[in-house]
Amino acid sequence: MSNLTMSLSPHIHNGDSVEKNMYGVLIALIPAFICSVIFFGWGAIIVTAVSVAACLIFEYLIQKYLLRQNPTIWDGSAIITGVLLAFNLPVSIPLWIVAIGALVAIGVGKMSFGGLGNNIFNPALVGRVFLLISFPVQMTTWPTPQGFATTDAVTGATPLAIVKAALASNGTEAASGATAQGPQSVSEILAAHGITVPDMLYGNMGGSLGEVAAIALLIGFAYMLLRKIITWHIPVAIFATVIVFTGILHLANPEQFAGPLFHLFTGGLMLGAIFMATDYVTSPMTHKGMWIYGIGIGVLTVLIRVFGSYPEGMSFAILIMNGLTPLINRCCKPQKF
Amino acid sequence: MIKKPLKYNTVLKTFKIGGVHPPENKLSAQAPISVLPLPEQVIIPLSQHIGAPAIPTVKKGDRVKAGQLIGQAAGFISANIHSSVSGTVVGIDSVTDASGYARPSVIIKVEGDEWEDTVLEKAEAKKPGDYSKEEIIKAIAAAGIVGMGGATFPTQVKLSPPPGNKAETLIVNGVECEPYLTADHRLMLEHGEELMTGVQLIMRALDVRRAVVGIENNKRDAIELLTRLAAQIPGVEVCPLKVRYPQGGEKQLIKAVTGKSVPSGGLPIAVGAVVQNVGTVYAVYEAVMKHKPLVERVVTVTGKAVKNPGNYLCRIGTPISKLIEAAGGMPEDTGKVISGGPMMGKAVMSTEIAVTKGTSGVLLMRENESRRPAYRNCIRCAKCVSACPMGLEPFRLMLLSEQGLTETLEQERVMDCIECGSCSFTCPAHRPLLDLIRLGKNRTGQMIRARKAKNQ
Amino acid sequence: MTTTILFTIISLCLIGIASAVILYFVAQKFKVDEDPRIDIVEELLPGANCGGCGKPGCRGFAEATVKADSLDGLFCPVGGAATMTKIASALGREVVMQTPKIAVVRCNGTCEHRPRTSHYDGYKSCAVEHSLYRGETDCAYGCLGCGDCVKACAFDAIRMDENGLPAVDEEKCVACGACVKACPRNIIELRNQGPKGRRVFVSCVNKDKGAAARKACAAACIGCGKCAKECPFGAITVENNVAYIDFNKCRLCRKCVSACPTHAIHEVNFPARKITEATPEASTTEA
Repeated sequence: MSNLTMSLSPHIHNGDSVEKNMYGVLIALIPAFICSVIFFGWGAIIVTAVSVAACLIFEYLIQKYLLRQNPTIWDGSAIITGVLLAFNLPVSIPLWIVAIGALVAIGVGKMSFGGLGNNIFNPALVGRVFLLISFPVQMTTWPTPQGFATTDAVTGATPLAIVKAALASNGTEAASGATAQGPQSVSEILAAHGITVPDMLYGNMGGSLGEVAAIALLIGFAYMLLRKIITWHIPVAIFATVIVFTGILHLANPEQFAGPLFHLFTGGLMLGAIFMATDYVTSPMTHKGMWIYGIGIGVLTVLIRVFGSYPEGMSFAILIMNGLTPLINRCCKPQKF
Repeated sequence: MIKKPLKYNTVLKTFKIGGVHPPENKLSAQAPISVLPLPEQVIIPLSQHIGAPAIPTVKKGDRVKAGQLIGQAAGFISANIHSSVSGTVVGIDSVTDASGYARPSVIIKVEGDEWEDTVLEKAEAKKPGDYSKEEIIKAIAAAGIVGMGGATFPTQVKLSPPPGNKAETLIVNGVECEPYLTADHRLMLEHGEELMTGVQLIMRALDVRRAVVGIENNKRDAIELLTRLAAQIPGVEVCPLKVRYPQGGEKQLIKAVTGKSVPSGGLPIAVGAVVQNVGTVYAVYEAVMKHKPLVERVVTVTGKAVKNPGNYLCRIGTPISKLIEAAGGMPEDTGKVISGGPMMGKAVMSTEIAVTKGTSGVLLMRENESRRPAYRNCIRCAKCVSACPMGLEPFRLMLLSEQGLTETLEQERVMDCIECGSCSFTCPAHRPLLDLIRLGKNRTGQMIRARKAKNQ
Repeated sequence: MTTTILFTIISLCLIGIASAVILYFVAQKFKVDEDPRIDIVEELLPGANCGGCGKPGCRGFAEATVKADSLDGLFCPVGGAATMTKIASALGREVVMQTPKIAVVRCNGTCEHRPRTSHYDGYKSCAVEHSLYRGETDCAYGCLGCGDCVKACAFDAIRMDENGLPAVDEEKCVACGACVKACPRNIIELRNQGPKGRRVFVSCVNKDKGAAARKACAAACIGCGKCAKECPFGAITVENNVAYIDFNKCRLCRKCVSACPTHAIHEVNFPARKITEATPEASTTEA
């Protein structure tokens, strides 16, 4: 008989692994991917494939030649970063921009901090925000969903941008003293552009690849909860904060502020709350901390959307709260025995 | 097999924070306790308990009988050691025990099976009420009884609360939350009446009116039996508990049964509770009613590759190789032998290690189960934080231990860690959390003791 | 226009002057009186902040030397005698010479000498392994081979050699003692470096009785006492079944080395023995 193995207790493990969690998240992203393919056609597949491949290649090169480690590209984290980055891009984006985004996401967002587990900010969001600031035109040209049917992409704006622009023009018209020609209140604006709640639910609107179909994202959320990959705290805290905050604003002035449902189902809120804010590495460790983190994201998102100059604020809100996470971890200790 | 769970499983009591649910694997739950034949030789370590090792009272060449005192307790926190067999002392020597180091032990060659005259075959015809508090505690101390759940703290010390503290409730630990182990389960099923007598004896020793037997809901037959028996005894009740590890931990069990939290750094007596394992209770019964010292115990021999997983009544000092033989021999691909359960048991490097008072089981793990995979970076998933039953942050404690920051470790309450292993069990990156936390805990303990010594 | 520029310049100057005055008074008020010699001594020190002197870093050592009346008991192991001489002359004090020391690993348990009897699979740290059990071999005193000393060394002077034992680089070792503290088994000792680096030491700390020690490791000290009998200077004592050579008494005659039946006594940096003289191997086979 060979020598016995010795180690300290415990001697059993529940069989969980980094890979199981990472690939679990990827499985949860499949419904949203299918929706994006249905809405945006081949472009969705191409953008996602380029983004994932670029992330994997950059991670491999950096680990192998810069950090001189054993590359661990198949642990799933680089694939998730790739998919999430792609899901945050419009389908018409030039592919070389996608590759630059992947380089920034992996190189700056993740590897410069020491790789998986050490990064402060969500890598996919670092890439996305970099692209948004560097290539604002390409990043905000949103083809409306056409499916596989047509090749000529018709570009339009996202519902958030439509509302923001319309409200802004109201303001300028009012200031110049001209009589308002176009629609006045939020509901009129939405009606004028034919945007309805069911449309928003299943994603029949302009936007990034993965953010359009709220239902698909919610299915992914349910799957991750079932597999115990994430806990419900962060997404629920974000949803609740957004509903309450926009609800109050809407009740105060329905003309000026869109209702909670509009805010919940448009833009990257669903994608961000379910898949980006819940990133293990950059979110707090305790349930209390998760609540604070989620509420912070919700408040910041609404503030940026309603009062800021960008139509969408999810990415910025998550990045800001990522930066605050170490502080939250310091303040929020788990419940003592 | 176990009957269907109680229908109110979801509302069963349990502790409040943390905890995990490892696969139960109670392979030997249906195997009745069988008596292991006497070995040719026993090795009885003089330190089978927490505290000072016993001082040997025999020398090489002496003839001893089973039940005879061979080691005298040395000091307040210590326990008597008795010969578990009759025969000749062949030496008092350092022999490697489950601690992994050689420690003084009495080696006895077995000849016949002759017992000390004072040990009774049948229990005295007295009732628990006929014994005085002092008589019971004296009998327990004389019999060298220690906590048999694994902690091996001398029982007479636990039954004499420090002045100013008053026990209110006796909690009997029949939880057996460790996977695989079934020794306590079988003991409850086969010796229910003796256990109830033991419970009454300890209640008398502690002068308490209430006793609660906590049993996890995966032992339905034991719950039913003991509930029936307890119905006839005033003040004794059975509390079925939701299956959850580490419910057998003292603080967790008190929380589950009474809802009270033992304060950080405090003893259970601070909330009026005293916890005793069912094995200990049975030993108390034998010590008082039969004058029989603690020289044998029930050990579970189990493992996925073991031919006949079972429960054996064996003498203290029996090499575990004898137990393995009785259970069908060592499987070919055994990679690890564990004394105790898989969550808190200790790996041993040889099967010649002797059974001691705290050995609750022998678990044989297959080669493929025994190696740990390489560990990775912490991905900060917080699963260890959710699993920790003491509300600690294991990922942080591990890092602090690695860096040797004992002062910060103390602030982070590392001394509260009960070393249950839930953190390492859940970690998806397979990080050796508990390995390092234990190291940090040891060093912090040393620092605290050094500080106390300096201040005195 | 000119008035605006003039006004700006004047106001800025005023703010600057006011700030300078405030700064001056605050600096005077909160000035910490510190012996300027501390800075001088600190300059002379190597600046490794290793703590080998027992003080919290080089500045702590500098403060201690300035405060103390004599340099007795104060020694910078990194800088050695040269640095101490410089410090002594800077402070105008007597130089207390200390014999240079070096870390010595007292374990012979190579893979060849010590058969492995179990496999350790936990966190790779001697301290953790030590807390679990006696280690992968049957020797409960020997090197565990996880390299806690290597991690502790700030001077990159220890590495694990091909035999799985720590090897000290004599050039780099400054005898700071970090490895001595890191070793849970007290195998590493600071010994006199010896003339031309020549030293003799018992490379084993096994306290088991002879037979058990021998069984665990072919090169263990079995406490037979032959070396003690052989030593003409009374430098060797055998206690708890293990021999120890007092380096202050040892005159490096090397008789013990040839006497040891298990080759547990090592000699370092000696020239090769003459062929006529019995080699240690030969002498033991005769014995």
